[in-house]
Amino acid sequence: MNTIIFSALWGVLMMYVGFIVKKQKSATAFAIVGLIVLLVVNWLEYAGVSIFSIDLQGMLRYNRLSLVFNLVIIFSTLVYFLLSGSDIEKFGKSSSDYYALIFFILTGISIIAGFQSLLMLFIGIEIISIPLYILAGSEKNNLKSNEAALKYFLMGAFSTGIMLMGIAFLYGDAGTFYLEGINLGLGKITPMLAVGMVLLMAAMSFKVSAAPFHFWTPDVYDGTPTVFTSFMATIVKAAGFFAFFRLFENAFGNLHADWEILIAVIATLTLIIGNVTAVFQQSIKRMLSYSSIAQAGFMLLGVFALNIFAKQGLVLYFAAYSLATLGIFAVLAKFKDHSIEAFNGFAKQYPLIGFSMLICILSLAGIPLTAGFFAKYYMLIAVIKYGKMFWLVIVGILCAAISVYYYFKLVQAIYFKEAAQREEVVFTRSFELIMLANAILIIILGIHPNWLMALLYM
Amino acid sequence: MFAAFDNFPSLLIWLPLVAGVLSFFIKKEGAPRNISLLSSILSLAIVIASLLFSGQQHSALNQVSYIWIPDLGSSFGFILDGLTKILCLLTAIVFPLVLLIINKDEYKNSNAFYGLLMLTQCGLMGVFMATDALVFYFFWELALIPVYFLSSIWGGEKRIKATFKFFIYTFIGSLFLLIGILYLYLKTPHQSFNLAAFYNLRLSAPEQHWLFFLFFIAFAIKMPIFPLHTWQPDAYEQAPKPVTMIMSSIMVKMGVFGLIRWLLPLFPLAIKDYNTGIILLITVGMIYASLIAIYQDSIKRLIAYSSIAHIGLMAAGIFSLTEVALEGVILQMFNHGINIVALWIAADFLEKQTGVTKISQLGGVAQKAPKLTIFLVIAAMANIALPLTNAFVGEFTIFNGLYKFNPWLAALAGVSIILSAVYTLNMIKNIFYGELVPATTDVKDIGRTHILVFSIITLLVFVVGIYPSPIFKIIQESTAMVLNKYGSL
Repeated sequence: MNTIIFSALWGVLMMYVGFIVKKQKSATAFAIVGLIVLLVVNWLEYAGVSIFSIDLQGMLRYNRLSLVFNLVIIFSTLVYFLLSGSDIEKFGKSSSDYYALIFFILTGISIIAGFQSLLMLFIGIEIISIPLYILAGSEKNNLKSNEAALKYFLMGAFSTGIMLMGIAFLYGDAGTFYLEGINLGLGKITPMLAVGMVLLMAAMSFKVSAAPFHFWTPDVYDGTPTVFTSFMATIVKAAGFFAFFRLFENAFGNLHADWEILIAVIATLTLIIGNVTAVFQQSIKRMLSYSSIAQAGFMLLGVFALNIFAKQGLVLYFAAYSLATLGIFAVLAKFKDHSIEAFNGFAKQYPLIGFSMLICILSLAGIPLTAGFFAKYYMLIAVIKYGKMFWLVIVGILCAAISVYYYFKLVQAIYFKEAAQREEVVFTRSFELIMLANAILIIILGIHPNWLMALLYM
Repeated sequence: MFAAFDNFPSLLIWLPLVAGVLSFFIKKEGAPRNISLLSSILSLAIVIASLLFSGQQHSALNQVSYIWIPDLGSSFGFILDGLTKILCLLTAIVFPLVLLIINKDEYKNSNAFYGLLMLTQCGLMGVFMATDALVFYFFWELALIPVYFLSSIWGGEKRIKATFKFFIYTFIGSLFLLIGILYLYLKTPHQSFNLAAFYNLRLSAPEQHWLFFLFFIAFAIKMPIFPLHTWQPDAYEQAPKPVTMIMSSIMVKMGVFGLIRWLLPLFPLAIKDYNTGIILLITVGMIYASLIAIYQDSIKRLIAYSSIAHIGLMAAGIFSLTEVALEGVILQMFNHGINIVALWIAADFLEKQTGVTKISQLGGVAQKAPKLTIFLVIAAMANIALPLTNAFVGEFTIFNGLYKFNPWLAALAGVSIILSAVYTLNMIKNIFYGELVPATTDVKDIGRTHILVFSIITLLVFVVGIYPSPIFKIIQESTAMVLNKYGSL
């Protein structure tokens, strides 16, 4: 609850800051302060101190998982601002508008973190989506950016429509919007319920770009300015997954055995399509958008298993995936040419950044000693513990093997190829240090993931 | 008094890790080399101390375990038993030798080079000592990654492609391994990764059959066993020499080790069904590799193929399921690791002196470098298992066991030993004797460092060859346990 109000407030403040403060740098600083405030109030709530008490009729409820999820989200956003703040400043006249939009997205995510009612789910997702459409089109003079925004908007509106229809069906069947109410009423599947559930599943798959609803992703990610792609592909995606997980755990948990096969099929398709297509990409940005689809496939395994390991694993996965992807995108945003060849010999020119990127890539590929290994590992364990469909584990592992191929093409370019001609970019010392800190954090999580996951039980 | 030795195993992990990380950050010329050398010599001292002081109490003293991820039932468990001690000893001996023969300014960015080498050592030690499947897997990968970077950055002309092939092969293998480990984990009563819990599993025959292949493929790629060997000659040829030495001397032993520690005790039913077929496959592969070796003109590829044949013999010995052969295999792992390093060092030396890697372009080196010739002839004799050398003891013991299992297969495997004499002696003859050729007219003899390194190797060759019983005593600590499931079958 704290974070919802503070993030909304800070969003409004951010807009006024645009009038008062003329220097872009101070807007970034103000945004970073805002995130630190959010971290503090979220921590306070975690410690049991609620600043506001509002009777919500049980429509929102925050448990340990929600708050730890919020923590991961806010922290990732902080990393994002620290790394990409200077690039956000380059857009438009006033970067504070964009910061304000991002704070509003955080409001939506905080609602998602605690929703107990389908209405809240809908509101949360809309609050996330609408600012995103603006961000996607923020490069107004670029045709691709406009196309991305329109495509994203149409697809988003379409999937929201499907979601609303699903909610309507569920309401018609159960007579309530409350997740528990729906879950309790689930004795056996009625046609209406089944239709509602499948529609919701499709809508959620749209939001997290799971196959076969993933077609918008590469174009939108590619067209959106790289700074904002980074935010979309990580933090927003994690929010989508959290909603997916919470919805299916709390509303359809009793029907787990009935829908598990659907999710299993979606996960398999997503894994295979994402990984195989990523192999053929020449542009890093497109490769990363397919890789984000592939990673979504892994996270879907958590939704499939729906047990305690999936919960822990998803939180770890959000952190591992977000940190790694943010790191790579932050570097990518500084360059115009995103082809893999453009990064040949990168590490020779920028050893520190090259090393940090390497750790990020290894983490995405799921190599031991990085957070990504345990993230994937927990997903597999979750499926194993669930005890059905062992073949999903095998699919997952084979796809991880494929992913190594394309991730390592990037490693080869960065480290082993002869240096290529590329634009002169000067990285500031602070950027280098934050990248390095990010890499070290990934390694720490890779050695001792329990430090994060223990938060769920403290 | 020796309570401190409880921590032998963890020290062997920490020492190279710290040294590796340290070297990364030291820019000073020469310092990373000294740090690595110091740490590897300290590791050797620790291994020797563990051999001396913990013999009586057996392995109880040499076991440590920290809780790692309690929810998953995994803990950082390490053990130093007979098998592990031999392999750690090998690792601890080979690393200082390899470090010694690297010239001071041979590699650019030497801090990263030595750092990665030390991380490799850390990974290898971890693989050999792990008593927890997750930890085992963790280190198994950890040993691979630094080698990938070492070869891709400092390797030969076609390094990127060759190394990538090697990487993809082994990575896919290890993913199979991971599937197998996860399945076994699921089967344990309290869901743990502990080795002992794995040993106590009662798996049905069909389960054992497919699990066997998951594990076997991973180990077979690493060794490598025909027909999964195709990465090896390219990778050995393209990797920088010190890395080739580490790979061929120690890393391939990871596969052999895996067979003994993980495969054999876990899937007795499957192995009983498959072992004859696998030995047949291996022996065919051995002969195939030896025949190819005869026709190789490149020294490096010759050694690579010879290695396939020798490792094959070890694998065949393991699948013969006799205790004698198993003891021979463990001894031979040590011997092969020592001998092949000598061959590589000589090949490296010749390449640096002449700039030539083809056997046909060399000749008459003995006139110019008599010391090198003596040492290399000894190493070559050890490679073909002449009596009095270490490999004779090892391979004789393996053949002894293999013969008990099936005389025909033993005879077939014996053919490859004869062939190994053919190509090894051929190589010696063509490189060292005959007329001087343009490439070899300016060859100088080996310097002091090389003499030291070769002397240590030669000493080991003869000591183990003449008086192997202390080593056998160490080995026997663990061989009986490996096969105890087979007694009742």
